[in-house]
This record gives sequence, structure tokens and C-alpha cells, in this order.
Amino acid sequence: MKSLMQTLTRGALAAALTACGVASALAADLKVGLSVSLSGPNSSLGVPYAKGMQAALAYKPEINGRKVQLIVLDDGSDPTTAGRNARKLIEEEKVDVLMGTSGVPAAIAMAQVGKEAKTPMIGLTPILLDPNENPWVMTVAQPTQLMIDAVVERMKRNNVKTVGYIGFSDAWGDLVYDALIKAAPAAGIKVVSNERYARADASVTGQVLKIVALRPDAVMTGGAGTPGALPFLALAERGFKGGVYGQHGLINPDFVRVVGAAGQNALMPTGPVIVAEQLPDGYPTKKIAMDFRAAFQKVNNAPTSDAFSAYSFDGWLVFADAASRAMKKAEPGTPEFRVALRDAIFSTKEVVGTHGVYTFKPGSLYGVDERARVIVKLDNGQWKLAP
Amino acid sequence: MTWDVALILVTDGLANGAVYLLAGLGLVLIFSVTRVVFVPFGDIAAFTALTLAAFETGRVPPTIGLVATLALLAMATEIGSLLRRREAARIPKAVLMWGVLPALPCLLAWMVARPGIPVAVHIAVAVLLVVPIAPLLARVVFQPIADASVLVLLIVSLALHFLLSGLGLLFFGPEGSRTTPLTDAMFTLSDGFTVSGQVVLMVGAAIVLSGLFFLVFERTVAGKALRATAVNRVGARLVGIRPVRTALLAYGCASLLAGLIGVLIAPVTTMYYDSGFIIGLKAFVAAIIGGLVSYPMTAVGALAVGVVESFASFWSGALKDVIVFSLLIPVLMLRSFMVTHAEEEEDEVDQ
Repeated sequence: MKSLMQTLTRGALAAALTACGVASALAADLKVGLSVSLSGPNSSLGVPYAKGMQAALAYKPEINGRKVQLIVLDDGSDPTTAGRNARKLIEEEKVDVLMGTSGVPAAIAMAQVGKEAKTPMIGLTPILLDPNENPWVMTVAQPTQLMIDAVVERMKRNNVKTVGYIGFSDAWGDLVYDALIKAAPAAGIKVVSNERYARADASVTGQVLKIVALRPDAVMTGGAGTPGALPFLALAERGFKGGVYGQHGLINPDFVRVVGAAGQNALMPTGPVIVAEQLPDGYPTKKIAMDFRAAFQKVNNAPTSDAFSAYSFDGWLVFADAASRAMKKAEPGTPEFRVALRDAIFSTKEVVGTHGVYTFKPGSLYGVDERARVIVKLDNGQWKLAP
Repeated sequence: MTWDVALILVTDGLANGAVYLLAGLGLVLIFSVTRVVFVPFGDIAAFTALTLAAFETGRVPPTIGLVATLALLAMATEIGSLLRRREAARIPKAVLMWGVLPALPCLLAWMVARPGIPVAVHIAVAVLLVVPIAPLLARVVFQPIADASVLVLLIVSLALHFLLSGLGLLFFGPEGSRTTPLTDAMFTLSDGFTVSGQVVLMVGAAIVLSGLFFLVFERTVAGKALRATAVNRVGARLVGIRPVRTALLAYGCASLLAGLIGVLIAPVTTMYYDSGFIIGLKAFVAAIIGGLVSYPMTAVGALAVGVVESFASFWSGALKDVIVFSLLIPVLMLRSFMVTHAEEEEDEVDQ
């Protein structure tokens, strides 16, 4: 009896092992692991990220004749869960590349896991990391300085000499302020105030009164999403006549809905994808941006209205380009392939995406240049290219 | 700081203070009658604002689902307790009171949730829709533990706030909303100093409602019953006042106040699913200034909180809330020096 049991167990085990072997031989597909915030406070960004990735999968489902498999996990806007998701994706799903996520802290948590497990990660947010410390991560988002430089250039062109600043009393407000302080002196612009407010505040009348009393030529705001509309509303209420400038954190349909008429003629930088159809025909990213629009419409049955889904799309394009080169060196699913993929991503040259043209070098986190930004103007609730 | 700036800050502060005043009145009313610090008060106000915003964009407000769910829960609780007491004959009345009555505003809201309906109707329905929330919550959560200590009631009420704001996120999403102003009027008082009609409306509503409050407490039987329960629960019971019924009345009034607050502030501030908490918290500071018993002192406290907040945001925007909540420390110290503690936490029911 015992021997029969043993034989049976051994037989079953052997069968299972063979099955596994066959399965792995068949499933030598490329695997992409995406962790985004489908729930929780960041879900207003995470959901578009996931939709953009589905559009990318439909746009380019095969690389060199190999199918790409996309595995999506929800991190609930929590960095700890994002880190756990990254580990799960690497250890259980054996993904070749990690992508994510809607929050910067969560993206950093994922990158940390990627570094430990020697898996490349394509970030979709402006991650703040030392690239020399973690050579496995890069991001397709634009660095804040690049965007704010564009705003300062525009201020200079509009003869702004003094600018008041009002922004969030958190890391985002600091980032925008620091970038402004860094760029403004070179353009001969003086920053006269550094007012802050909390995301949950009901009114910024006090701060705005102080700024208006200083009589600056223009005001720069450092907010994001719907709470970012508050300074615009308060400035309009106080009858401020100078220009009001924003940054890419405000490019969001909910901001447009809440700011209403108070946002009229506000200027802010963004990736060119937002105004793709208004770009001149020769613009390098125009064609792919229109392709992205079409793919998104087809997959999600709704038009795109945000910049986030386009980051996912670009991440996929960068990955597809790098993977097609890495596949010549190693077989997908192996540690060698992941190293080859990393090296391939860091030698990305002039890959045209929807937000910009990507060129990555070892030791650099960001891969975009001036082609990844345009200035747009809010005109009757529509973003208009302001050349 | 020039006089102009100071005047603008004072008006802004008074407008905010008016909101805290109404919220403070609601908090004091519920606390004095039921000993519950009703933390979810602000959430109800936020829900009204978001309901109104949903109406404006032509969507069916998700608040309907919330009220309907609460009504079902309350009905089940009531029927359960009736069955336990073997009073099955009163079930039809319970169904009518706890199921059908709250379902009426839901039905109404569902009917008017389309464009082309006058704004006034939307406002009225939005307020009506949130009125059942506090009484239903009270039936499900607070009535079974009505005799627990103030601390237990506070903790339960805090938990309830987190539950409601979580549901708010689920129903309304993370982004904020703003409604169109109720009035576009502008009053120019002097050069460079104007007061918007919305601010006048807010301050006016606060004055009128507090006046109504005073009249109800002084002149009506229901108001006197509320006062009697506030003074002594057991005593009120002895003279034939049902504490359960007065508690429900208090919750209903507070819910109505929260609804009015929501309608008044929705056009001037962007409301999020969790904005109610900070309003409730500042109203709580005002109520503490009034010792959680005195309506006039609460009113004074609320206006003080509003004005201090407004000036604090001028001096240091980042430390605004720190300054407002620091007000609590000297007030509490002063109160504890001045008030002699007579019969604190004396649970006569247990004796």
C-alpha cells in the first residue's frame, strides 16, 4: 500500500514538473508588471495610468513577434502595498520589467524592490532618487525644473519683473518653489513672496491679500488638482490684473471644472500630448500622440482628457524599444534578460513618445529634453497651445 | 496692514465664523441633549454640498444610496428590538417611520436629478435628503448605547466620522466640487472694499437661524422638552418627556443645520468628501469656548475662530490651523480656573 502511494505521488509530481516545464517553455512571453493606485486617494491618477497602459497593450501587443503579457495590481495608494506588489510581481509572476505608480513615495518603494531583485523599473511619475545609488530605475515623467524653466522663460517674454508665489505647504509646493527660485534670477525676475496653504484649506484670502499688497507683476501657483484652483479663485475675487501661472500638476479636467472662469488665460506647462491636435505638423511627437488618442479611444471607448494615461503609453514605448534590442542578447524571463533590458533602456536613443523624445543615459533618471514641454493657456475651459 | 486689508480679512472671517456658528449650535444642541460630541456633523454638511454639486452636473447624487442603506439598517434595528420586546404589533409603524419616511426624500432626489429643474428645488431637495442621516445614524449607533459614558460616545462618534468619510470617498470620488453662487450681488461699501452677496447671505442665515433657535427654545413645547432633557435626563423622564424622542429631534435639527451649512458654503469653498471634518473641528473649538452648553458663548467663540483664522492666514498661511487650535489651550485653562466642577459625569441612570 505504502509503495503504491509513493509511486502515485512520484508520478503526480513528475507529471506536474513536466507540465511546469512545458508551460514555461510555451510562456516565454515578455511580462510587464504594473502596480498602480486603482483605489484610495490617488485613484484619480491611478485609474488613467491603468487605462493608458491597456491602450498601449492594444497598440503594441507584440515585440519581435513575441507576445507581451501585462499584469496589473492595485496598490490602494499605499507605498507599503506598492512595495509588496513589486515583490509579488517579481517573485510570483517573474516579470521582466516593473512599471508604476501614481504616487512618488510608492514609486520609490517599488524601485527599491526592483533594485534588490535586479529588475528594471520604468517609473511613470517624477521619482526623486539618486540614480547612482539605484541603477535599475528611470522615469518617463518630466523633471519639475524643466517645466518651471519653461514658465520662467514665458514670464520673461511677458516682461514680468516681480512674481509672487503661493503653493501647497507640502513637498509639491517646495519642489515648485525651489525650481522657481533657481530659474528666476537668471531671467531677471524677483520672487517677492512665498505663501503656503494646505490642500484641505477652505480659503486663501489672507495669503492672496498679502500677495496683492506687494503688487507683483504676476503670480506663480504651486498647487495640484482641485485644491490648486483656490489661488486662482481668490486672485480673481480680489481683482488681480497680472498674469497667473500654473504648472503641470494642474492639467486635470477636475481643476478646469472647479476653477471655472477664474482660470481664464492662466498659463502653464505640460507635455505636448495635451494639445496634440493643435501642434504644428512637423512637431516630433504629434503623430504618435494622435495614434495614442486613437488607441485610447478604441480600448476605453472614451476620449483622453489627462496627461497620466500618456505617461503609461510612453513607458510602454520605451520598454518595447529596449526589449526588442535586449531580446537579441538573452531570452525573456531570465536574469540575463533583465540585465540586458536594463542596459538597453539606459542606451535608449531618440524614442519618440507622446510626452517627449526619450534618450536615457546611465546615471540619469530622466530622459526628456525641451521637446517634452509646451505652454498651454486655459481658454473657456479648453487647453489651447500658447506658442 | 492697511485698513482695507483688515476690513477684508474681518468680512472673510465673519463669513467663515457664521458657518462655524451654525455648526457650533448643532454640536452644542446634540451634546446637551444626548452627551454625544457629534463628530460626523461636518461630514453631513459636506455631503449636502456634494449632493448639490451632483444635481448641478445632472447626476443622480450617491447620497440617495447612503440614506437608503441607513434607512434599511435603522429599520432592521428597530424591528429587531421590537421583536425582542415581543411587540410585533408595532412593526408596521416602525416600517413607516424608519423605512418609508426616509425613503421619501430619496425618491424626490431621484426625481429632480436632471437638468432644467430650478436651483431652489435642487437646494431644498439636497437639504431634505441629508436631514434623515443624523437621526438614522443615531437610531442604529447611538440609541443602543445611550447610557454609556461620554468618552465611549465620543469614540463611537469619531469612528462613525471615519466610516462616513470613507463612504464619501467611495460615493463622491477624491476630487472636490464647487457650486454656482446663490447670488452674484456685490455691495461696494467704499473704494476697493466690496462685500459679496454670498457673504451677506451666510452671515444673514447665521443671524436668522440663531434667532429661530432662540424662539424655538423659549416658546415651543418641543424646544422646552429639549432644554429639559439637556438640564436633566432623568428629571425630564419623570415629567413625561421621552429622552429617545427628544434625542431624535435634536439629531434632526442638527442634520437640518448641517444641510443649510453645506448649501451656504458650497459656492465659496471647494468641498471634498472629507472637508466636513475640519469645519466640525473648528466648530468644536467654538463649542468648547461655550463650554459645550452655552449657545451665546458658542456664537461668540465661532465668530472669534473665524476672524482669528482669517488674520492668521494673512500673517502665516502655513501655521493658520496651528494658531486656531492653539486658541483652545488658554480657553480651556481659563475655563477650568473659573468654573467649579459640580457634578461631572454623574450617571443618575445607573444609580
